Amino acid sequence: MNDIVLALGEALRLIGGLDAKLTGIVVLSLEISLSAVAIAAVLGLPLGAVIAVERFAGRQALIVLLNALMGLPPVVVGLLVYLMLSRAGPLGPLGLLFTPTAMVVAQSILILPIIAALSRQVIEDAWREYEEQLRSLGARRFDAALTLMWDTRFSLVTVVLAGFGRAAAEVGAVIIVGGNIDGVTRVMTTTIALETSKGDLPLALGLGMILVGLVLALNGIAHSIREAVQRRYG
Amino acid sequence: MVGKAMLVLFAWALTAWPAPVTAAERYVTVASTTSTEQSGLFRHILPIFEKKTGIRVRVVALGTGQALDMARRGDADVVFVHAREQEEKFLAEEYGVRRCDVMYNDFVLVGPRSDPARVGGGKDIVAAVRKIKEARAPFVSRGDRSGTHVAELKLWRLAGIEIAKEKGRWYRDTGQGMGPALNTAASMSAYILSDRGTWLSFRNRGELAILVEGDKRLFNQYGIMLVNPQKHPHVKREWGQAFIDWVTSSEGQRAIAAYRIGGEQLFFPNAARGNNPDAGSSSRPGA
Repeated sequence: MNDIVLALGEALRLIGGLDAKLTGIVVLSLEISLSAVAIAAVLGLPLGAVIAVERFAGRQALIVLLNALMGLPPVVVGLLVYLMLSRAGPLGPLGLLFTPTAMVVAQSILILPIIAALSRQVIEDAWREYEEQLRSLGARRFDAALTLMWDTRFSLVTVVLAGFGRAAAEVGAVIIVGGNIDGVTRVMTTTIALETSKGDLPLALGLGMILVGLVLALNGIAHSIREAVQRRYG
Repeated sequence: MVGKAMLVLFAWALTAWPAPVTAAERYVTVASTTSTEQSGLFRHILPIFEKKTGIRVRVVALGTGQALDMARRGDADVVFVHAREQEEKFLAEEYGVRRCDVMYNDFVLVGPRSDPARVGGGKDIVAAVRKIKEARAPFVSRGDRSGTHVAELKLWRLAGIEIAKEKGRWYRDTGQGMGPALNTAASMSAYILSDRGTWLSFRNRGELAILVEGDKRLFNQYGIMLVNPQKHPHVKREWGQAFIDWVTSSEGQRAIAAYRIGGEQLFFPNAARGNNPDAGSSSRPGA
Protein backbone atom coordinates (compact mmCIF):
# COMPACT_ATOMS: atom_id res chain seq x y z
CA MET A 1 0.00 0.00 0.00
CA ASN A 2 2.83 2.31 0.95
CA ASP A 3 4.42 1.70 -2.45
CA ILE A 4 1.26 2.78 -4.22
CA VAL A 5 1.13 6.02 -2.26
CA LEU A 6 4.78 6.59 -3.12
CA ALA A 7 4.01 5.88 -6.78
CA LEU A 8 1.23 8.45 -6.76
CA GLY A 9 3.69 10.95 -5.31
CA GLU A 10 6.21 10.09 -8.03
CA ALA A 11 3.57 10.49 -10.73
CA LEU A 12 2.57 13.90 -9.43
CA ARG A 13 6.20 14.94 -9.05
CA LEU A 14 6.95 13.88 -12.64
CA ILE A 15 3.95 15.70 -14.04
CA GLY A 16 4.53 18.75 -11.86
CA GLY A 17 8.20 18.94 -12.80
CA LEU A 18 7.32 18.79 -16.49
CA ASP A 19 10.63 17.07 -17.00
CA ALA A 20 11.92 17.59 -20.57
CA LYS A 21 13.08 14.00 -20.73
CA LEU A 22 9.69 12.65 -19.67
CA THR A 23 7.95 14.94 -22.16
CA GLY A 24 10.18 13.56 -24.92
CA ILE A 25 9.31 10.00 -23.95
CA VAL A 26 5.58 10.76 -23.82
CA VAL A 27 5.64 12.52 -27.20
CA LEU A 28 7.58 9.66 -28.81
CA SER A 29 5.15 7.10 -27.37
CA LEU A 30 2.19 9.00 -28.79
CA GLU A 31 3.85 9.50 -32.18
CA ILE A 32 4.63 5.83 -32.52
CA SER A 33 1.31 4.44 -31.32
CA LEU A 34 -0.78 6.99 -33.22
CA SER A 35 1.18 6.35 -36.43
CA ALA A 36 0.73 2.62 -35.97
CA VAL A 37 -2.99 2.98 -35.34
CA ALA A 38 -3.35 5.22 -38.41
CA ILE A 39 -1.63 2.67 -40.64
CA ALA A 40 -3.55 -0.23 -39.16
CA ALA A 41 -6.84 1.67 -39.56
CA VAL A 42 -6.18 2.66 -43.17
CA LEU A 43 -5.51 -0.99 -44.01
CA GLY A 44 -7.68 -2.75 -41.47
CA LEU A 45 -11.01 -0.94 -41.80
CA PRO A 46 -11.39 -1.53 -45.57
CA LEU A 47 -10.14 -5.08 -45.11
CA GLY A 48 -12.76 -5.70 -42.43
CA ALA A 49 -15.46 -4.17 -44.66
CA VAL A 50 -14.54 -6.28 -47.66
CA ILE A 51 -14.54 -9.49 -45.65
CA ALA A 52 -17.88 -8.48 -44.12
CA VAL A 53 -19.76 -8.04 -47.40
CA GLU A 54 -17.94 -10.20 -49.90
CA ARG A 55 -18.44 -13.94 -50.27
CA PHE A 56 -15.41 -15.92 -51.39
CA ALA A 57 -13.76 -19.28 -50.87
CA GLY A 58 -11.83 -19.48 -47.62
CA ARG A 59 -13.73 -16.58 -46.10
CA GLN A 60 -14.63 -18.46 -42.91
CA ALA A 61 -11.07 -19.60 -42.49
CA LEU A 62 -9.86 -16.01 -42.94
CA ILE A 63 -12.30 -14.79 -40.29
CA VAL A 64 -11.09 -17.42 -37.84
CA LEU A 65 -7.50 -16.54 -38.64
CA LEU A 66 -8.06 -12.80 -38.13
CA ASN A 67 -9.88 -13.42 -34.86
CA ALA A 68 -7.08 -15.64 -33.67
CA LEU A 69 -4.42 -13.11 -34.66
CA MET A 70 -6.01 -10.63 -32.25
CA GLY A 71 -4.20 -12.69 -29.62
CA LEU A 72 -0.84 -12.36 -31.35
CA PRO A 73 1.83 -12.13 -28.62
CA PRO A 74 3.73 -8.83 -28.93
CA VAL A 75 7.03 -10.61 -28.30
CA VAL A 76 6.47 -12.84 -31.31
CA VAL A 77 5.67 -9.85 -33.51
CA GLY A 78 8.75 -8.12 -32.14
CA LEU A 79 10.95 -11.09 -32.94
CA LEU A 80 9.59 -11.46 -36.46
CA VAL A 81 10.09 -7.78 -37.23
CA TYR A 82 13.52 -7.93 -35.59
CA LEU A 83 14.63 -10.83 -37.77
CA MET A 84 13.31 -9.07 -40.89
CA LEU A 85 15.04 -5.77 -40.09
CA SER A 86 18.24 -7.18 -38.61
CA ARG A 87 21.33 -6.60 -40.76
CA ALA A 88 21.39 -10.34 -41.31
CA GLY A 89 17.70 -10.30 -42.32
CA PRO A 90 16.07 -9.66 -45.71
CA LEU A 91 15.35 -5.98 -44.99
CA GLY A 92 18.63 -5.38 -43.17
CA PRO A 93 20.11 -2.96 -45.72
CA LEU A 94 17.35 -0.47 -44.90
CA GLY A 95 19.02 0.06 -41.54
CA LEU A 96 15.69 0.42 -39.79
CA LEU A 97 16.40 -1.69 -36.73
CA PHE A 98 16.40 0.26 -33.45
CA THR A 99 14.53 3.20 -34.97
CA PRO A 100 11.05 4.57 -34.19
CA THR A 101 9.99 3.44 -37.68
CA ALA A 102 10.69 -0.17 -36.75
CA MET A 103 8.52 0.28 -33.68
CA VAL A 104 5.67 1.69 -35.80
CA VAL A 105 5.93 -1.31 -38.13
CA ALA A 106 5.78 -3.77 -35.23
CA GLN A 107 2.82 -2.08 -33.59
CA SER A 108 0.97 -1.81 -36.91
CA ILE A 109 1.33 -5.55 -37.45
CA LEU A 110 0.20 -6.17 -33.90
CA ILE A 111 -3.01 -4.15 -34.12
CA LEU A 112 -3.97 -4.67 -37.77
CA PRO A 113 -5.77 -7.96 -36.98
CA ILE A 114 -7.60 -6.32 -34.08
CA ILE A 115 -8.93 -3.50 -36.23
CA ALA A 116 -9.72 -5.77 -39.19
CA ALA A 117 -11.42 -8.47 -37.12
CA LEU A 118 -13.52 -6.11 -34.98
CA SER A 119 -14.56 -3.90 -37.92
CA ARG A 120 -15.48 -7.03 -39.89
CA GLN A 121 -17.85 -8.02 -37.10
CA VAL A 122 -19.36 -4.54 -36.76
CA ILE A 123 -19.88 -4.12 -40.51
CA GLU A 124 -21.17 -7.64 -41.01
CA ASP A 125 -23.80 -7.12 -38.33
CA ALA A 126 -24.94 -3.96 -40.11
CA TRP A 127 -24.83 -5.80 -43.47
CA ARG A 128 -27.19 -8.48 -42.13
CA GLU A 129 -29.59 -5.78 -41.06
CA TYR A 130 -29.53 -3.68 -44.22
CA GLU A 131 -28.61 -6.19 -46.93
CA GLU A 132 -32.08 -6.37 -48.50
CA GLN A 133 -32.58 -2.66 -48.36
CA LEU A 134 -29.21 -1.94 -49.93
CA ARG A 135 -29.74 -4.58 -52.59
CA SER A 136 -33.18 -3.20 -53.46
CA LEU A 137 -31.51 0.17 -54.02
CA GLY A 138 -29.26 -1.60 -56.50
CA ALA A 139 -26.09 -1.01 -54.50
CA ARG A 140 -23.12 -3.11 -55.49
CA ARG A 141 -21.19 -4.80 -52.72
CA PHE A 142 -18.42 -2.23 -52.92
CA ASP A 143 -20.83 0.69 -52.50
CA ALA A 144 -22.61 -1.22 -49.78
CA ALA A 145 -19.33 -1.63 -47.92
CA LEU A 146 -18.65 2.11 -48.06
CA THR A 147 -22.18 2.94 -46.92
CA LEU A 148 -21.96 0.49 -44.06
CA MET A 149 -18.57 1.83 -42.96
CA TRP A 150 -20.11 5.25 -42.85
CA ASP A 151 -23.18 4.04 -40.97
CA THR A 152 -21.12 2.25 -38.38
CA ARG A 153 -18.49 5.00 -38.06
CA PHE A 154 -19.07 5.54 -34.36
CA SER A 155 -18.57 1.88 -33.59
CA LEU A 156 -15.51 1.90 -35.82
CA VAL A 157 -14.01 4.74 -33.80
CA THR A 158 -14.26 2.45 -30.78
CA VAL A 159 -12.57 -0.28 -32.80
CA VAL A 160 -9.72 2.08 -33.65
CA LEU A 161 -9.45 3.11 -30.01
CA ALA A 162 -9.17 -0.55 -29.01
CA GLY A 163 -6.26 -0.82 -31.42
CA PHE A 164 -4.66 2.29 -29.99
CA GLY A 165 -5.01 0.96 -26.46
CA ARG A 166 -3.24 -2.23 -27.42
CA ALA A 167 -0.45 -0.33 -29.17
CA ALA A 168 0.12 2.13 -26.36
CA ALA A 169 0.12 -0.59 -23.71
CA GLU A 170 2.42 -3.18 -25.27
CA VAL A 171 6.09 -3.44 -24.38
CA GLY A 172 7.16 -6.82 -25.77
CA ALA A 173 7.43 -5.80 -29.42
CA VAL A 174 8.87 -2.29 -29.11
CA ILE A 175 11.57 -3.28 -26.65
CA ILE A 176 12.92 -5.85 -29.12
CA VAL A 177 12.78 -3.82 -32.33
CA GLY A 178 13.51 -0.48 -30.67
CA GLY A 179 16.20 -1.64 -28.27
CA ASN A 180 15.01 0.82 -25.58
CA ILE A 181 17.76 3.28 -26.55
CA ASP A 182 17.80 6.34 -24.32
CA GLY A 183 16.56 9.39 -26.21
CA VAL A 184 15.95 7.50 -29.44
CA THR A 185 13.56 4.58 -28.96
CA ARG A 186 12.69 4.76 -25.28
CA VAL A 187 8.93 5.01 -24.83
CA MET A 188 6.61 4.92 -21.82
CA THR A 189 6.25 1.17 -21.58
CA THR A 190 9.94 0.40 -22.06
CA THR A 191 10.82 3.05 -19.47
CA ILE A 192 8.45 1.36 -17.06
CA ALA A 193 10.10 -1.99 -17.77
CA LEU A 194 13.56 -0.47 -17.22
CA GLU A 195 12.65 1.22 -13.94
CA THR A 196 11.09 -2.03 -12.74
CA SER A 197 14.38 -3.74 -13.58
CA LYS A 198 16.24 -1.22 -11.50
CA GLY A 199 13.92 -1.97 -8.61
CA ASP A 200 12.57 1.57 -8.58
CA LEU A 201 8.99 0.37 -8.29
CA PRO A 202 7.40 3.69 -7.25
CA LEU A 203 8.89 5.48 -10.27
CA ALA A 204 7.80 2.63 -12.57
CA LEU A 205 4.27 2.69 -11.19
CA GLY A 206 4.22 6.48 -11.33
CA LEU A 207 5.07 6.34 -15.04
CA GLY A 208 2.36 3.70 -15.42
CA MET A 209 -0.17 6.08 -13.92
CA ILE A 210 0.83 8.77 -16.40
CA LEU A 211 0.44 6.30 -19.28
CA VAL A 212 -3.01 5.28 -18.12
CA GLY A 213 -3.89 8.95 -17.72
CA LEU A 214 -2.81 9.67 -21.30
CA VAL A 215 -4.81 6.81 -22.77
CA LEU A 216 -7.77 7.97 -20.69
CA ALA A 217 -7.40 11.54 -21.96
CA LEU A 218 -7.24 10.40 -25.60
CA ASN A 219 -10.32 8.25 -25.15
CA GLY A 220 -12.05 11.19 -23.50
CA ILE A 221 -11.23 13.43 -26.46
CA ALA A 222 -12.44 10.83 -28.95
CA HIS A 223 -15.62 10.35 -26.95
CA SER A 224 -16.43 14.05 -26.79
CA ILE A 225 -15.81 14.52 -30.51
CA ARG A 226 -18.12 11.62 -31.19
CA GLU A 227 -20.81 13.00 -28.88
CA ALA A 228 -20.56 16.44 -30.44
CA VAL A 229 -20.79 15.08 -33.96
CA GLN A 230 -23.67 12.81 -33.03
CA ARG A 231 -25.61 15.69 -31.49
CA ARG A 232 -25.01 17.88 -34.47
CA TYR A 233 -25.77 15.45 -37.25
CA GLY A 234 -27.91 12.94 -35.38
CA MET B 1 -18.36 18.58 -43.55
CA VAL B 2 -19.53 15.51 -41.78
CA GLY B 3 -17.31 12.84 -40.26
CA LYS B 4 -15.02 15.21 -38.48
CA ALA B 5 -14.37 12.70 -35.75
CA MET B 6 -12.54 10.28 -38.02
CA LEU B 7 -10.83 12.98 -40.02
CA VAL B 8 -9.50 14.72 -36.97
CA LEU B 9 -8.28 11.44 -35.56
CA PHE B 10 -6.55 10.48 -38.79
CA ALA B 11 -5.07 13.90 -39.47
CA TRP B 12 -3.71 13.95 -35.97
CA ALA B 13 -2.24 10.51 -36.29
CA LEU B 14 -0.66 11.23 -39.65
CA THR B 15 0.96 14.54 -38.76
CA ALA B 16 2.43 12.85 -35.73
CA TRP B 17 4.61 10.61 -37.90
CA PRO B 18 8.01 10.44 -36.24
CA ALA B 19 10.52 12.75 -37.80
CA PRO B 20 13.20 10.69 -39.56
CA VAL B 21 16.57 10.76 -37.90
CA THR B 22 18.55 13.45 -39.64
CA ALA B 23 21.20 12.00 -41.90
CA ALA B 24 23.70 14.33 -40.32
CA GLU B 25 23.45 12.69 -36.92
CA ARG B 26 26.56 10.72 -36.19
CA TYR B 27 26.04 7.77 -33.92
CA VAL B 28 27.31 4.32 -33.08
CA THR B 29 25.27 1.43 -31.75
CA VAL B 30 26.79 -0.30 -28.75
CA ALA B 31 25.53 -3.71 -27.64
CA SER B 32 26.14 -3.85 -23.94
CA THR B 33 24.99 -5.54 -20.81
CA THR B 34 22.17 -4.79 -18.44
CA SER B 35 24.70 -4.24 -15.64
CA THR B 36 26.37 -1.28 -17.33
CA GLU B 37 23.07 0.28 -18.37
CA GLN B 38 21.06 -0.33 -15.22
CA SER B 39 23.84 0.70 -12.88
CA GLY B 40 23.70 4.16 -14.46
CA LEU B 41 27.32 4.07 -15.69
CA PHE B 42 26.45 4.98 -19.27
CA ARG B 43 24.32 7.91 -18.23
CA HIS B 44 27.36 9.17 -16.37
CA ILE B 45 30.12 8.67 -18.97
CA LEU B 46 28.38 8.97 -22.36
CA PRO B 47 27.54 12.69 -22.19
CA ILE B 48 31.25 13.44 -21.73
CA PHE B 49 32.16 11.48 -24.87
CA GLU B 50 29.27 12.87 -26.88
CA LYS B 51 30.13 16.43 -25.96
CA LYS B 52 33.75 15.94 -26.91
CA THR B 53 33.26 14.19 -30.25
CA GLY B 54 29.71 14.94 -31.35
CA ILE B 55 29.18 11.21 -31.84
CA ARG B 56 26.06 9.90 -30.14
CA VAL B 57 26.23 6.51 -28.51
CA ARG B 58 23.11 4.36 -28.73
CA VAL B 59 23.20 1.63 -26.15
CA VAL B 60 21.13 -1.52 -26.47
CA ALA B 61 21.39 -3.33 -23.14
CA LEU B 62 21.08 -7.12 -23.20
CA GLY B 63 22.72 -10.06 -21.47
CA THR B 64 26.27 -10.70 -22.70
CA GLY B 65 25.24 -13.77 -24.75
CA GLN B 66 22.44 -11.86 -26.47
CA ALA B 67 24.61 -8.78 -26.97
CA LEU B 68 27.23 -10.86 -28.76
CA ASP B 69 24.54 -12.53 -30.88
CA MET B 70 23.19 -9.12 -31.82
CA ALA B 71 26.67 -8.10 -32.96
CA ARG B 72 27.06 -11.38 -34.88
CA ARG B 73 23.97 -10.44 -36.88
CA GLY B 74 25.58 -7.09 -37.59
CA ASP B 75 23.18 -5.02 -35.54
CA ALA B 76 25.86 -3.31 -33.46
CA ASP B 77 29.11 -1.47 -34.15
CA VAL B 78 30.71 -2.09 -30.77
CA VAL B 79 30.22 -4.68 -28.02
CA PHE B 80 30.94 -3.88 -24.40
CA VAL B 81 30.39 -6.99 -22.31
CA HIS B 82 31.72 -9.17 -19.49
CA ALA B 83 32.16 -12.87 -20.19
CA ARG B 84 35.73 -13.57 -21.19
CA GLU B 85 35.25 -17.01 -22.70
CA GLN B 86 32.32 -15.90 -24.85
CA GLU B 87 34.28 -12.86 -25.97
CA GLU B 88 37.23 -15.03 -26.98
CA LYS B 89 34.87 -17.23 -28.97
CA PHE B 90 33.44 -14.16 -30.66
CA LEU B 91 36.96 -13.08 -31.60
CA ALA B 92 37.90 -16.55 -32.79
CA GLU B 93 34.88 -16.53 -35.11
CA GLU B 94 36.28 -13.23 -36.45
CA TYR B 95 33.18 -11.23 -35.58
CA GLY B 96 35.26 -8.91 -33.43
CA VAL B 97 38.41 -7.09 -34.46
CA ARG B 98 40.32 -7.02 -31.19
CA ARG B 99 39.46 -6.90 -27.55
CA CYS B 100 40.51 -4.35 -24.95
CA ASP B 101 40.05 -4.56 -21.20
CA VAL B 102 38.09 -1.57 -19.92
CA MET B 103 37.27 -2.01 -16.27
CA TYR B 104 36.36 -4.51 -13.63
CA ASN B 105 34.25 -4.85 -10.60
CA ASP B 106 33.19 -7.96 -8.77
CA PHE B 107 30.26 -10.21 -8.21
CA VAL B 108 28.69 -10.47 -4.79
CA LEU B 109 26.57 -13.20 -3.28
CA VAL B 110 23.38 -11.60 -2.08
CA GLY B 111 20.88 -13.33 0.15
CA PRO B 112 18.31 -12.89 2.92
CA ARG B 113 19.60 -11.50 6.21
CA SER B 114 18.14 -14.54 7.98
CA ASP B 115 20.69 -16.58 5.96
CA PRO B 116 19.16 -20.08 6.19
CA ALA B 117 22.20 -21.71 4.55
CA ARG B 118 24.61 -19.88 6.93
CA VAL B 119 26.97 -18.61 4.29
CA GLY B 120 27.33 -15.06 5.62
CA GLY B 121 30.61 -13.60 6.78
CA GLY B 122 32.89 -16.00 4.92
CA LYS B 123 34.94 -15.13 1.87
CA ASP B 124 34.97 -18.52 0.18
CA ILE B 125 32.35 -18.28 -2.56
CA VAL B 126 32.70 -21.91 -3.62
CA ALA B 127 32.05 -23.16 -0.08
CA ALA B 128 29.06 -20.79 0.06
CA VAL B 129 27.35 -22.16 -3.04
CA ARG B 130 27.98 -25.69 -1.79
CA LYS B 131 26.22 -24.82 1.47
CA ILE B 132 23.28 -23.33 -0.42
CA LYS B 133 22.94 -26.55 -2.38
CA GLU B 134 23.18 -28.68 0.76
CA ALA B 135 20.59 -26.58 2.59
CA ARG B 136 18.42 -26.57 -0.54
CA ALA B 137 17.93 -22.88 0.15
CA PRO B 138 16.15 -20.93 -2.59
CA PHE B 139 18.59 -19.62 -5.19
CA VAL B 140 17.66 -17.41 -8.14
CA SER B 141 19.62 -17.90 -11.35
CA ARG B 142 19.66 -15.47 -14.27
CA GLY B 143 19.42 -18.37 -16.69
CA ASP B 144 19.90 -16.06 -19.69
CA ARG B 145 23.49 -16.68 -20.90
CA SER B 146 24.49 -13.30 -19.48
CA GLY B 147 27.97 -12.69 -18.11
CA THR B 148 26.64 -13.07 -14.59
CA HIS B 149 24.92 -16.32 -15.49
CA VAL B 150 28.14 -17.67 -16.98
CA ALA B 151 30.03 -16.65 -13.82
CA GLU B 152 27.42 -18.39 -11.65
CA LEU B 153 27.63 -21.62 -13.65
CA LYS B 154 31.40 -21.56 -13.22
CA LEU B 155 31.01 -21.36 -9.43
CA TRP B 156 28.82 -24.49 -9.37
CA ARG B 157 31.43 -26.27 -11.48
CA LEU B 158 34.20 -25.20 -9.10
CA ALA B 159 32.11 -26.57 -6.23
CA GLY B 160 31.94 -29.91 -8.01
CA ILE B 161 28.21 -29.60 -8.53
CA GLU B 162 26.68 -30.40 -11.88
CA ILE B 163 23.90 -27.89 -11.52
CA ALA B 164 21.98 -28.87 -14.66
CA LYS B 165 21.47 -32.35 -13.20
CA GLU B 166 21.46 -31.68 -9.48
CA LYS B 167 19.19 -28.66 -9.33
CA GLY B 168 15.96 -29.09 -7.46
CA ARG B 169 12.98 -26.91 -6.78
CA TRP B 170 15.21 -24.68 -4.68
CA TYR B 171 17.05 -23.54 -7.85
CA ARG B 172 14.90 -20.99 -9.69
CA ASP B 173 15.92 -20.38 -13.25
CA THR B 174 14.30 -17.05 -14.14
CA GLY B 175 15.71 -16.21 -17.57
CA GLN B 176 15.63 -12.52 -16.67
CA GLY B 177 17.92 -9.52 -16.52
CA MET B 178 19.86 -8.67 -13.36
CA GLY B 179 17.28 -6.22 -12.02
CA PRO B 180 14.21 -8.44 -12.51
CA ALA B 181 16.14 -11.39 -11.09
CA LEU B 182 16.97 -9.30 -8.00
CA ASN B 183 13.31 -8.35 -7.71
CA THR B 184 12.45 -12.05 -7.80
CA ALA B 185 15.09 -12.91 -5.20
CA ALA B 186 13.88 -10.08 -2.95
CA SER B 187 10.31 -11.29 -3.06
CA MET B 188 11.15 -14.95 -2.32
CA SER B 189 14.08 -14.25 0.06
CA ALA B 190 16.43 -16.22 -2.14
CA TYR B 191 20.19 -16.19 -2.67
CA ILE B 192 21.46 -14.70 -5.92
CA LEU B 193 24.75 -13.81 -7.58
CA SER B 194 24.80 -10.17 -8.68
CA ASP B 195 27.37 -7.84 -10.13
CA ARG B 196 28.18 -5.18 -7.57
CA GLY B 197 27.21 -2.29 -9.83
CA THR B 198 23.63 -3.39 -10.33
CA TRP B 199 23.33 -4.31 -6.65
CA LEU B 200 24.48 -0.85 -5.54
CA SER B 201 22.00 0.90 -7.78
CA PHE B 202 19.17 -1.53 -7.02
CA ARG B 203 16.42 0.01 -4.91
CA ASN B 204 13.96 -2.76 -4.07
CA ARG B 205 16.25 -4.76 -1.77
CA GLY B 206 13.75 -5.96 0.80
CA GLU B 207 15.48 -8.39 3.18
CA LEU B 208 18.47 -8.90 0.91
CA ALA B 209 22.04 -8.02 1.82
CA ILE B 210 25.56 -8.90 0.62
CA LEU B 211 26.61 -12.14 2.34
CA VAL B 212 29.81 -13.15 0.55
CA GLU B 213 32.25 -10.84 -1.21
CA GLY B 214 35.94 -10.39 -1.81
CA ASP B 215 36.79 -13.85 -3.18
CA LYS B 216 39.24 -13.66 -6.09
CA ARG B 217 36.95 -15.95 -8.04
CA LEU B 218 34.29 -13.23 -8.02
CA PHE B 219 36.37 -10.97 -10.27
CA ASN B 220 34.31 -9.49 -13.11
CA GLN B 221 36.18 -8.11 -16.11
CA TYR B 222 34.55 -5.95 -18.79
CA GLY B 223 35.95 -5.82 -22.31
CA ILE B 224 35.18 -3.83 -25.45
CA MET B 225 35.46 -4.84 -29.11
CA LEU B 226 34.76 -3.33 -32.50
CA VAL B 227 32.56 -5.52 -34.68
CA ASN B 228 34.57 -6.72 -37.66
CA PRO B 229 33.87 -4.46 -40.68
CA GLN B 230 35.02 -7.27 -42.94
CA LYS B 231 32.09 -9.39 -41.77
CA HIS B 232 29.67 -6.46 -41.68
CA PRO B 233 30.70 -3.68 -44.06
CA HIS B 234 28.14 -1.21 -42.68
CA VAL B 235 29.87 -1.15 -39.27
CA LYS B 236 30.77 2.43 -38.38
CA ARG B 237 34.42 1.63 -37.96
CA GLU B 238 35.77 5.11 -37.45
CA TRP B 239 33.23 6.28 -34.88
CA GLY B 240 33.10 2.92 -33.14
CA GLN B 241 36.88 2.97 -32.82
CA ALA B 242 36.69 6.57 -31.55
CA PHE B 243 34.44 5.36 -28.74
CA ILE B 244 36.70 2.43 -27.90
CA ASP B 245 39.74 4.70 -27.90
CA TRP B 246 38.03 7.17 -25.62
CA VAL B 247 36.74 4.58 -23.13
CA THR B 248 40.26 3.14 -22.81
CA SER B 249 41.95 6.58 -22.77
CA SER B 250 42.94 8.23 -19.52
CA GLU B 251 39.99 10.62 -19.81
CA GLY B 252 37.50 7.79 -20.29
CA GLN B 253 39.08 5.77 -17.53
CA ARG B 254 38.85 8.72 -15.15
CA ALA B 255 35.17 9.16 -16.00
CA ILE B 256 34.53 5.50 -15.17
CA ALA B 257 36.38 5.79 -11.86
CA ALA B 258 34.44 8.92 -10.96
CA TYR B 259 31.08 7.17 -11.10
CA ARG B 260 29.86 6.53 -7.58
CA ILE B 261 26.63 5.67 -5.85
CA GLY B 262 26.39 6.67 -2.20
CA GLY B 263 30.13 7.32 -2.13
CA GLU B 264 30.95 3.83 -3.40
CA GLN B 265 32.85 3.36 -6.66
CA LEU B 266 31.09 0.90 -8.99
CA PHE B 267 33.66 0.12 -11.66
CA PHE B 268 37.46 0.12 -11.55
CA PRO B 269 39.18 1.11 -14.81
CA ASN B 270 41.98 -1.20 -15.92
CA ALA B 271 42.51 -0.60 -19.62
CA ALA B 272 46.02 -1.40 -20.73
CA ARG B 273 48.26 1.66 -20.62
CA GLY B 274 48.88 3.47 -23.89
CA ASN B 275 45.70 1.91 -25.27
CA ASN B 276 47.67 -1.00 -26.64
CA PRO B 277 45.51 -4.10 -26.78
CA ASP B 278 48.48 -6.44 -26.79
CA ALA B 279 49.84 -5.06 -23.55
CA GLY B 280 47.12 -6.35 -21.34
CA SER B 281 44.01 -7.72 -22.90
CA SER B 282 45.11 -11.11 -24.10
CA SER B 283 47.70 -11.94 -21.46
CA ARG B 284 45.37 -11.79 -18.49
CA PRO B 285 43.93 -15.15 -17.50
CA GLY B 286 40.14 -15.34 -17.63
CA ALA B 287 38.48 -14.16 -14.46
